[in-house]
Amino acid sequence: MALRSAVITFPGSNCDRDMAVAIEEVCGGEVFRVWHGDAGLPDDLDFIALPGGFSYGDYLRSGAMAARSPVMRAVAEAAARGVAVLGVCNGFQVLTEAGLLPGALMRNAGLRFVCREVALSVANDSSIFTSRYAKGQRITIPVAHHDGNFFADDATLDRLEGEGRVAFRYAESVNGSARNIAGVLNEKGNVLGMMPHPERHIEQAQGGIDGRALFAGLVSRLVNA
Amino acid sequence: MSGIPSSTSKVRVYVSLKNGVLDPQGRAIQHAIEGLGFSGVEDVRAGRLIELEVDASVTDAALDEIANKLLANMVIENYRIERV
Repeated sequence: MALRSAVITFPGSNCDRDMAVAIEEVCGGEVFRVWHGDAGLPDDLDFIALPGGFSYGDYLRSGAMAARSPVMRAVAEAAARGVAVLGVCNGFQVLTEAGLLPGALMRNAGLRFVCREVALSVANDSSIFTSRYAKGQRITIPVAHHDGNFFADDATLDRLEGEGRVAFRYAESVNGSARNIAGVLNEKGNVLGMMPHPERHIEQAQGGIDGRALFAGLVSRLVNA
Repeated sequence: MSGIPSSTSKVRVYVSLKNGVLDPQGRAIQHAIEGLGFSGVEDVRAGRLIELEVDASVTDAALDEIANKLLANMVIENYRIERV
């Protein structure tokens, strides 16, 4: 059985091709490219990726417009059925705006766009996305964002931590995120949002390969399940 | 092309950050005010004003829904609706 994946492109997405290539390279299988105005998704998907970029020019709030586009209804239904959904950077912002993940991503505390490799610490090594990492492992993944400052109220943060739903933390100061959270999972563990770009570190030519394990772990869990 | 019909009215929706949510932009504005030589500005919070032109069919309940479903992100923001 081969993985069936979809990468959604919104007007202003700019990491959609990188995401599709990363999935093709590491996961293999079929990768469908889906336009935001499409009302439906291909049948029998295993995995949906929402890429980085500046959907709708970040109008109103980053991700706010994309979260309400037609295809997101289909994404929400697929997520409810248990299909794996990964949102990276703007994709993470879209998932929080759509209510598929808790919290919100606010302007970076330093007000600057941050574009560099950052050190992360793996906080969860049991999810379908993180099983190829070890808990506490230090990895290096690039970030490139202006609105990556994760906010949620203390009760929500406590719940996320208590339920093991923090997937990655920043191991250095990056954007002011609450409790250094860089990526969170939904309650069922099939939706992950993260600001760092794993698809940008899948082969040495990109400067590192620490993102590769995320896709490798995902395909092993979804295809051999 | 015919412009806005006269039967419409203006609604203003003010979106502001909730208390307790840090506002780095507000803080930067405050620093800039200090930099201009003004003293005594103790705090600055930046928000957003959205003006809607609506006809008589748009109820208060609908405006409320528009505001909390789209115009404001209720995780971090509050809103206030004002019919002008």
